[in-house]
Amino acid sequence: MSHQPCAIVGIGQTHHKKARRDVSYAGLAREAALRALDDAQMAWSDIDAVVVGKAPDLFEGVMKPELYLSDALGANGKPMFRVHTAGSVGGTTGIVAAHHVETGRHQRVLAVALEKQSEGNAQFALGSGKGASIGAGGAFAPYMRSYMYRTGAPDDIGPMVAVKDRLNAIKNPYAHLKLKDIDLETVKASPMMWDPVRFLESCPSSDGACAVVFTDEAGGNAAAADGRPPAWILGSAVRSEPSSFPGRDPVRPQGAVDCAADVYSQAGITNPLEQIDCAELYVPFSWYEPMWLEAHDIAAPTEGWKMVERGDTALDGSFPVNMSGGVLSSNPIGASGLLRFAEAALQVRGMAGEHQVDGAKVSLAQAYGASAQYFSMWVVASSLDPFSN
Amino acid sequence: MPTSDDIALIGWNVSPMVRSTDKTEAQMLLEVITGAVEDAGITRKEVDFTCAGSCDYVAGQAFSFVQNIDAIGAWPPKRDSHVEMDGAWALYEAWLRLQMGDIDVAVAMGSGRSSTADPALIYPMEMDPYYLAPLGTDAASFAALQARALIDAGKVTERQMAQVAARCRRDAQGNPNAQVTGDFDVDALLADDYIRSPLRKHDLPPITDGAVAVVIARADKARELCDNPVFISGFAHCSELHYPGMRDLRSSPSTTIAAKSAGLEEAPVEVAELQSAFTHEEPLLVEALGLGVDVAINPSGGPLAANPIMATGLVRITEAAAAIRDRGKQRTLAHSTSGPCLQQNLVCILEGDDK
Repeated sequence: MSHQPCAIVGIGQTHHKKARRDVSYAGLAREAALRALDDAQMAWSDIDAVVVGKAPDLFEGVMKPELYLSDALGANGKPMFRVHTAGSVGGTTGIVAAHHVETGRHQRVLAVALEKQSEGNAQFALGSGKGASIGAGGAFAPYMRSYMYRTGAPDDIGPMVAVKDRLNAIKNPYAHLKLKDIDLETVKASPMMWDPVRFLESCPSSDGACAVVFTDEAGGNAAAADGRPPAWILGSAVRSEPSSFPGRDPVRPQGAVDCAADVYSQAGITNPLEQIDCAELYVPFSWYEPMWLEAHDIAAPTEGWKMVERGDTALDGSFPVNMSGGVLSSNPIGASGLLRFAEAALQVRGMAGEHQVDGAKVSLAQAYGASAQYFSMWVVASSLDPFSN
Repeated sequence: MPTSDDIALIGWNVSPMVRSTDKTEAQMLLEVITGAVEDAGITRKEVDFTCAGSCDYVAGQAFSFVQNIDAIGAWPPKRDSHVEMDGAWALYEAWLRLQMGDIDVAVAMGSGRSSTADPALIYPMEMDPYYLAPLGTDAASFAALQARALIDAGKVTERQMAQVAARCRRDAQGNPNAQVTGDFDVDALLADDYIRSPLRKHDLPPITDGAVAVVIARADKARELCDNPVFISGFAHCSELHYPGMRDLRSSPSTTIAAKSAGLEEAPVEVAELQSAFTHEEPLLVEALGLGVDVAINPSGGPLAANPIMATGLVRITEAAAAIRDRGKQRTLAHSTSGPCLQQNLVCILEGDDK
């Protein structure tokens, strides 16, 4: 490996809502970008390149919107790059932006991922504008049912995840859903959407954006010296696999396993449960929390649900997951991946406010997309060498 | 002199360029990826990273690239990415990825089937959704505004534009993949009616279905696999303001910035393959790039001979590379663009291996 270190020195996000009618599509992107620049104590002129990520253009009805967003994101006279890797896109956007710095091509890069789902009809777009879409919940329900069958997990595990993430979201000022009175009974009483997933075990449809400022080692050290702790990228990885073929295991996709192994290897992680302090995993439907804990080898196969049942993944548990409230609480699809990646960075910077995990030094983030076949992950830490003692 | 950190093209393949194909995008990609890895003398198994460029609106479907992954052969699962941009930008991401230093070989691709819809209906949707898209102004109309600005400034004439069209389509006769070729009389072309004044039919690119794939490798691996790798000596892109009304359409500053970042000034190029889909864009880009009269422009025929949207730019890069590998040139340039009136521009400089 010949690449250079990369630090995250600025993070911004919008207040996520069902419909942000107070801002334009570009205004939404700019709101997150300005917060990230402010956090990084940078101006537009400090940025060398911009990377934009979002999910299908059909969501807003704007084709290749990076062209339109160039003005709002200060990209005049600069490289403007657009990534689209389905639901994993927010994560991949962060990784591609980091590569701009890690290869030494640029010093300071702004990544912005967004979705303004209220501009259109997400369900219509997910069905490619052809109607008759079963939606993401319908597509994933058989995988979740298969997970339950395979592991013998009790029916309450999904609802437990739903309650935990929504309670975490109450501590996150930017989260979309604030369900203060949620408990197991209300989740279980909510309508069954796609068996085994109920309404309150499903993600919302949100407007929102997330922005991250990346810089080189000198920039990261300068921020640290100025009392603004950076997050350092210890490793990043992506994997894709075909949607469907005989022998594919969509419950434990090989891409998810390989992606995690790759990122752990780069970060020097041999025991993820021990060495990682907390994780933000892409959980749009409740059962995906135990499924990813297993597919990323944090829990042994068939054991992931036990971590949920024991409360290990709660904010005060031994391995907190989705401290921000996760995708279950805010889901601007194109931004959701970068929101996970940004929350992981906030945690190791000690800047996660009320949803901060005490003493978090190493954090994992993951995003996935399409038919659980696109994966992006990174491990960030409070220093470049967090395992030295 | 390329170092071991440099990246080279070691194989590529371009599909036939046709007005309408009966193949899916995945089928087109299956063939060009197979062709490109065979050209490089490797198999898909040896490819460490893939990156595709395509567009949902061109395909008429959300997540259209997801089906294309079947053409990649992503099993076991592959490091892979996708840009909603021309394949030239997919190559840019692959080029960046290889510079991370941990993997050696990548494939970049671009694909599009423009035949499935009317570009005049699709292209207004890439404009600002609040103020510009509702006008329904298509790419040809914006191009006409730019052509008019250039004519008014005395930078080009309608006759010169017709001459560009005639030259490109004459040169394309030597390109087995070209779609529109032939000997055209400039006076006859100028007798035609306007499609969008001052643009006539010959000033516009054809509607094309097509795909392209390129194999790149880090220098040591490239030399191991290939006798004549074509090195990427400079690669940069740049955007400018979206609103055509905020820009001076008589120039292309983002092209000039990208060329400077790519190191164009360091040595002369012999061939330039430009994504000048409209005739007037050629003199504009030639000026923005500062190319002399001795530089051969679009000897392949360029986008006026075949314009597979989302692949057109990456095809330019393969043509500029072929000029080196197959026709003995030493240094060439390829250009790609996106957006109304050349909003965003990319420059890739290629060089032969001076062993």
